[in-house]
Amino acid sequence: MSTAEQLQDLSQESAPLDLSERTDLVPIFIMGKKYDVPSTLTIQKALEYAGYQLIRGCGCRGGICGACATVYRMPGSPRIFVGLACQTLVQPSMYLTMVPFFPANRAVYNIDEIQPDAMALLKAYPELAKCMGCNTCAKSCPMDIQVMEYISAALRGDVERAAELSMSCVMCGICASRCPAELGQYNIAILCRRLTARHLRPKAQHVAEMVARIESGAYEEPLRKLITADLETLRKLYVEREMEPHTAPEMWQPQEKTYL
Amino acid sequence: MGYTQELMQLIKRVEATRPARVARKKAGQEFPALSLDERQARLEKYHPDYRAGGLRELKVGPSKGYALAKEIADLFEARSRVDPDKIDLKEVHYETDTLVIGGGGAGTAAALMAQEQGARVIIATKLRHGDANTMMAEGGIQAASKGWKDSPYFHYLDVMGGGHFENDPELVKTMVCEAPKAIAWLESLGCMFNKWPDGKLFTLHGAGTCRKRMHYAGDMTGAEIMRTLRDECRNRLKDIGVLEFSPAVELLLDDKGVCSGAVLYNLETEEYFLVKAKAVVMATGGSGRLHIQNFMTTNHYGATGDGLVLGYRIGVGVRFLHATQYHPTGAVFPEQAEGLLITEKVRGAGANLLNIDGDQFVFEREPRDVESASIIRECTDVAKGVPVPGQAGKFGVWLDSPMIDMLEGEGTVEREFPAKHILFKRYDIDIARLPMLVYPTLHYQNGGLAYSPDGTTTAPGFYVAGEVGGGVHGANRLMGNSLLDITVFGRLAGIAAGQFVKGRGDVDRLSVEHVRRYHKELEDAGIDTDRVSPMLLPDYMTPEVKKRQWTTQYVGTIR
Ligand SMILES: Cc1cc2nc3c(=O)[nH]c(=O)nc-3n(C[C@H](O)[C@H](O)[C@H](O)COP(=O)(O)OP(=O)(O)OC[C@H]3O[C@@H](n4cnc5c(N)ncnc54)[C@H](O)[C@@H]3O)c2cc1C
Ligand code: SF4
Ligand code: SF4
Ligand code: FES
Repeated sequence: MSTAEQLQDLSQESAPLDLSERTDLVPIFIMGKKYDVPSTLTIQKALEYAGYQLIRGCGCRGGICGACATVYRMPGSPRIFVGLACQTLVQPSMYLTMVPFFPANRAVYNIDEIQPDAMALLKAYPELAKCMGCNTCAKSCPMDIQVMEYISAALRGDVERAAELSMSCVMCGICASRCPAELGQYNIAILCRRLTARHLRPKAQHVAEMVARIESGAYEEPLRKLITADLETLRKLYVEREMEPHTAPEMWQPQEKTYL
Repeated sequence: MGYTQELMQLIKRVEATRPARVARKKAGQEFPALSLDERQARLEKYHPDYRAGGLRELKVGPSKGYALAKEIADLFEARSRVDPDKIDLKEVHYETDTLVIGGGGAGTAAALMAQEQGARVIIATKLRHGDANTMMAEGGIQAASKGWKDSPYFHYLDVMGGGHFENDPELVKTMVCEAPKAIAWLESLGCMFNKWPDGKLFTLHGAGTCRKRMHYAGDMTGAEIMRTLRDECRNRLKDIGVLEFSPAVELLLDDKGVCSGAVLYNLETEEYFLVKAKAVVMATGGSGRLHIQNFMTTNHYGATGDGLVLGYRIGVGVRFLHATQYHPTGAVFPEQAEGLLITEKVRGAGANLLNIDGDQFVFEREPRDVESASIIRECTDVAKGVPVPGQAGKFGVWLDSPMIDMLEGEGTVEREFPAKHILFKRYDIDIARLPMLVYPTLHYQNGGLAYSPDGTTTAPGFYVAGEVGGGVHGANRLMGNSLLDITVFGRLAGIAAGQFVKGRGDVDRLSVEHVRRYHKELEDAGIDTDRVSPMLLPDYMTPEVKKRQWTTQYVGTIR
């Protein structure tokens, strides 16, 4: 759930935050200990402002690597909130801890041999069958992924659906940390995605054709010519190259076909 | 939160010009592109690389006399973390065939291929496996895969033109010819690229492409590649060991000068470890976290150019490091998203760049350096930048993402850019309805260590792959050619390193003579400094905190 949604939820549950009290610095509680930090910072930058040099819990700083999973509570709310530290703004009086690592079962498999069906998934991850449909995983996913949905798709053997639903998973592990059935959802998800791409979707024929053409040596000579061309010629060829129009249909073809 | 009132007022000007701009685009009328000479003039006047005082000549090492960004020169002209007089080279902690330094895309591809040659592999990496620039790449990966309209010939021309024709031609040829193979390999490993039902891959334009050849997986192409490669590595854990939080701080040679391992530093326990190996692949990626000229950056936390330093100290020269790539469109609002990359695919999909009046001032598919220079010009000399709220003196320009839905149909923005859509939604900005405020951000290290198409370098046993290497992109990389570069050259370096170890007997004597020599060279050049490198992590500590750390010792940026 996004921060905005979580907060909206929060304001329905308890008295809304008193924004008038905000000064430049706001108190936050890092693992229970109070630090005053500027209110415009993300949790990640607030930790640094407070004096931490991050080693764990910091990777991309851009919301995609999943290194910075953070759980927090707000005073007066019974709920647990989650967020990526690099993406979530501090809020006055939040108390938080990072969960930079959470262990999860991971099966070893051969991607060429493993079948894209429920049986193979269950063999790799028997705990899949233990999902009790509590939806805690989805409620705690910082990427708003319908985690339970992809887990049940996997269980049904609808591998492709599980793959699609889990596409934006950053493998932060929060779902696994909260799952009463002890699943490692994100490892199941990546298996579904790899199975889908490897076995369920047709291979791109045009790529194989191009590889064959290159290996036949068809471009050796034209490329040699470019490599040995003088700057003048090269610039001319570059400037005059035919542009595929932005709105051209997929099967557009250039006028000049010599070097295709 | 969302945009401030003032910005919402300014957005009205963007909305006013939008219908006409969309109509022009639909009719195939583009804003006029600059000629090659105009491009050059614009770069010289406005690109940060040309700013006086930005570059400094190196006083030591294989590329002595070469002028590059002074932040990188500082790293080169610094002492090792290892004291050659104190290190015990007999106490070896790990032994392997191939040591891969850097667990990003290039390193992981190299590890997989070296393993397929029969080598045992260790990947030593600074943060977690996959905490890397590769994970962050959004837009896509280029390859001339569609024979009815494209070929390596045209890809070659695009790469050379983008790099101002200075690229290493042999590297370019290898990259464009290996490209379709790289895509096929990723596909066979299970990378979920966007496809038509018949298996045909989706492709788009990027800046500087003459054919639509950008393959992608949503706007998480790099993440999809990275997590797939990493997952495959984990299936081969019998042969590929991964040491996380263990950056390399120095290379080891044998007594004949052949590269034979590295010194690692465990960031968590603060211990040093020695790895002995028969070949080393350097794949430490880029250096955005050096914040060259104080620019904000899109790069991951560990991008501090370490591999450049290590390679340089064993005598491998560098090239194209004078040219730094600023991505034209980094977010400048809201403040928390500052520096974050807005993928070029947004412009590839048709979004215009606009000034404060809602007017176009540059064609949105110029090469990156030209585009960046044009934005800087608009915000300085032309004085038509949009003021960034709360940050006096800072300006940005609009990137008109809502056009995309108008061009390609409702819902396109959300479907094609899910990660950015959700990110901005967190800040209450719907980028399918509202434009984004952007400014150039430090993005890519165009140059690096010199290497040959098979990853070999002037140092035997030492291989280079990925962003840490320089040559294939010349002075300016085009979008989508870096994911390609790391896949192609990661694979090739892995194969070459895997083969090399077969012909090499046991490594007997380890040596750090090169460090001693380098220190001597520094002294001879009159460089008396307590700077140490590699940097390992950037320093984001506040000065107030540091002042109160009465008893803390820092070596460089690290406690
Ligand atoms: C935000 C963003 C978007 C991008 N979008 C695109 C795109 O759409 N298309 C495209 O082609 N390219 C894109 N790029 C560029 C591309 O992602 C990178 O250039 C490329 O992935 C670099 O790969 P690499 O393996 O060389 O380095 P990285 O992926 O950065 O991996 C280097 C690894 O080495 C580790 N390391 C660093 N120092 C040490 C050390 N001393 N010891 C051990 N390990 C170390 C790092 O922690 C990291 O894990 C983008 C880059 C960024 C930052
Ligand atoms: S599905 Fe689980 S691991 Fe993936 S992003 Fe959501 S909470 Fe994190
Ligand atoms: S938290 Fe676990 S048990 Fe509950 S729905 Fe998710 S996967 Fe199933
Ligand atoms: S640091 Fe990568 S997701 Fe936050």
